[in-house]
Amino acid sequence: MIEAITQPWPWYVAGTIIGLIVPTLLILGNKHFWISANLRHMCAACFPSNIPFFNYDWKKESWNLFFIGGILVGGIISTQYLSSPDPVVIHPDLAKDLTQFGITDFSGLVPVQLFSFDQLFTLRGLIMMVGGGFLVGFGTRYAGGCTSGHAIMGLSDLQWPSLVATICFMIGGFLMTNLILPYILAL
Amino acid sequence: MKTKQEETDFEVRSLDTMCINESELVHPWWFNFKYAAVGVIFGIVFIKAEIISWFRIQEMFKLQSFHMYGVIGTAVVVGAISVFLIKKLKVKTVHGEEITFTNKKFNQGQIYGGLLFGLGWAITGACPGPLFAQLGSGSLAIIVVIGSAMLGTWVYGKFRDKLPH
Repeated sequence: MIEAITQPWPWYVAGTIIGLIVPTLLILGNKHFWISANLRHMCAACFPSNIPFFNYDWKKESWNLFFIGGILVGGIISTQYLSSPDPVVIHPDLAKDLTQFGITDFSGLVPVQLFSFDQLFTLRGLIMMVGGGFLVGFGTRYAGGCTSGHAIMGLSDLQWPSLVATICFMIGGFLMTNLILPYILAL
Repeated sequence: MKTKQEETDFEVRSLDTMCINESELVHPWWFNFKYAAVGVIFGIVFIKAEIISWFRIQEMFKLQSFHMYGVIGTAVVVGAISVFLIKKLKVKTVHGEEITFTNKKFNQGQIYGGLLFGLGWAITGACPGPLFAQLGSGSLAIIVVIGSAMLGTWVYGKFRDKLPH
């Protein structure tokens, strides 16, 4: 049993649990599975600066901040107590591509050669950490949701605007990984 | 009379978490820990299924792995069946309140914002939820990415009147 838990979980197990989060939040208190809204709540809480978009009672949405707090704690528990001793398996073609750009450490879930405090002082690291983060924050709010709000919650509720958003997420991702990222990684 | 700001607010009550689902019931603040508990399970799944792995996201966009498609596809199917049943059986919350859904309205932001988020998703290998799990997994530098994502949200809020919607 412990063996089964510490191994990487297959997609159908993960997908089923994530899918069940939708009704769980609804039944626990009519809450919708929207994660990116937290970034807005954090702005509203910390830097509202008289911007109408951030002037609302964020405390009413504090359940969502508890939710991401839980995600953080889940990340700690999982890494400390449930992690697999085996290295993460990477597709050989991806490993070959990344090796060209000097990325050779595939040990963690987040590549330390790209995302670390040291990397902030390189152009590549700065673009990826600061630029990438900015696009995530700006894009999700502009789109009115992220993978949870549009792709999972929105599609579950058969909302066609969410399908448009999800298709655009995928187009953006394909463009970046295949056409733009190689230039950034080469920096 | 409608002010300009109201007309351009495409994330009004029905479109974002803000102000909707206002419960008539008053609960002590610590009731929110039930959502934290759900978050813990979610965080564990993120790590154990390697959904927060930058490498898995690259494999997804290079069509080298079915994993992420399987995860998201299964989640949508399970979510859709759940939402259907909740609507059909008129399931109430544990506090006896009605469960409500609101239709999303289309606006151009879903295209432009969606593309921009897609670009950022492929760079960082993370959506807003996984960022917090990455931080929890010990990649402390991800705090910079989260800070920058907050900045991005803030800049959107600042200039949203001037953006096409």
